[in-house]
Amino acid sequence: MVRTVASADLAPTTYAWHIHARDLRVRAGRRAAVNGLDLRLGQGVHGLLGPNGAGKTTLIRSLATVLKPDGGELELLGRRIGGRTDLRSLRKRIGYLPQEFGYYPRFTLREFVEYMAWLKKVDARDISGAVQRAIERVGLADRADDRMKTLSGGMLRRAGIAQAIVNDPDVLLLDEPTVGLDPAQRLEFRTLLRDLGERACVLVSTHLVEDVAASCTNVVLVAEGQLVFEGTPEEVAALGDPRDVGDSPIERGYTALLARPRVRREADR
Amino acid sequence: MSGTTGPHAGRDLITAYVTGDTTLPADAEWALEAHLENCAPCRRHVAEAVATHTPTVNTLLDRVWAEVAATAHDLPAPVRSPLLRAVRRWAPPSQLPWLLMSVLVVLSALGIDMLARERDVPSLVLLLAPVVPLLGVAAAWSQRLDPMGELTATTPRAGLRMVLRRTAVVLGVVIPVLAVAGGIVGVSPALCLLPCLAFTVGTLALGTVTGLRRAAALLGSAWAVGAIVPSLATARLSVLLAPESLPVWGLAVTVSALAITVRARAFTTLPGTELP
Repeated sequence: MVRTVASADLAPTTYAWHIHARDLRVRAGRRAAVNGLDLRLGQGVHGLLGPNGAGKTTLIRSLATVLKPDGGELELLGRRIGGRTDLRSLRKRIGYLPQEFGYYPRFTLREFVEYMAWLKKVDARDISGAVQRAIERVGLADRADDRMKTLSGGMLRRAGIAQAIVNDPDVLLLDEPTVGLDPAQRLEFRTLLRDLGERACVLVSTHLVEDVAASCTNVVLVAEGQLVFEGTPEEVAALGDPRDVGDSPIERGYTALLARPRVRREADR
Repeated sequence: MSGTTGPHAGRDLITAYVTGDTTLPADAEWALEAHLENCAPCRRHVAEAVATHTPTVNTLLDRVWAEVAATAHDLPAPVRSPLLRAVRRWAPPSQLPWLLMSVLVVLSALGIDMLARERDVPSLVLLLAPVVPLLGVAAAWSQRLDPMGELTATTPRAGLRMVLRRTAVVLGVVIPVLAVAGGIVGVSPALCLLPCLAFTVGTLALGTVTGLRRAAALLGSAWAVGAIVPSLATARLSVLLAPESLPVWGLAVTVSALAITVRARAFTTLPGTELP
């Protein structure tokens, strides 16, 4: 256990927001999946909600530096994403769980996370410790030396989370991390999320509204590639009234918010 | 730090620290502890001092370790082969089937050449040599051919060095096989290997624009149409594989290598709709 504090840890941040998008446009194929999105996210857990095809995955992929923004501005950790950005130093500080992630089936879980740690340029001396820590945090320590192909769907999801957090990222992007997790694991995952949100900017895409209510400090609602709402889960819950569809206050608030732009669009016509 | 000799802590300071000397100033103790965290030789001195001055600490530590070992559920992780780990860092497992296929192609060409020895036809090994590595090169940096492509593309190691690593593995496998096959058939090694190298480097260069998979497909079909088919149809070796063409191949290698260095940034991601 090293107690000495590195100068990098004490250096003041030179940016106001971990993620800062202005009028961001990203295409998925030919379609403009993200179409003029403004977003400012700092440290904390942000739940990204939205109906299917709202542009959640495209947004997360562009934040993960997979997709190139088509227009507008995107700043990650104070660095503008554009043609001349040195992505290497930026990518060291990003963790990303894709919606569907591939793996080499013959790797053991430990080898998989270790390989990812190596790809993320984690210091060679810290790799084995960081890998063990990441695997323990997702609760897979007892399966660490099993091959990836023997893991169940929920375990694979957790393996994906382990590789995303292995480099202690400052920006953590999780696309549908709770798919395939059983209720007990989802509760553990919420605790992990709150824990991660203490020091990083965590953006979790999900369509399970109750996950957001339980573990997120902030809700980001997108529809048709645009930001519909940003605020706390309590604010979402307060927006719903008993006439809206849903079983819980936050679900009613969610449906109320989604109905809003539709009304506005119809009014525009 | 008081009592230090050079960059390290002095023996008397360490002894005072270990025996819990109350006259040791707090700042000296603090500085020593901070130093110990990052200095293995001084930690060893502390261990020696503990053994001679306060052996009870060691017996206590042994007891604690025995208790920890008794309650620990998991055994320490087994040490896996460092060789396997190194191999995987050079070539991901998804490349293996493509490499095997390349070797098989050369062996089949060799077999056909052996059967057709008496007849006066151009050597198939020589004709196929330039395009044999393209299978592996395409698999080196194509999202569709690498299940971990999306994850790899977002890591700081994504880039030209990674592509070159994986390409080196392809050449490391293909070139010896080609050299041996060429030797058996009796073609000039330079004529066998230089075009092979040129096509590999050329694919990387073209791949900075179109993506490696497409570049490999384009160059591979161009070679099939421009050299393999005419040579087989006329039963005369294409002029491209005549010894006089060697300087042209050399030039192609140089130009492509230059193009790669200029366009290196393109490999920061896998091809797709990606950042430049």
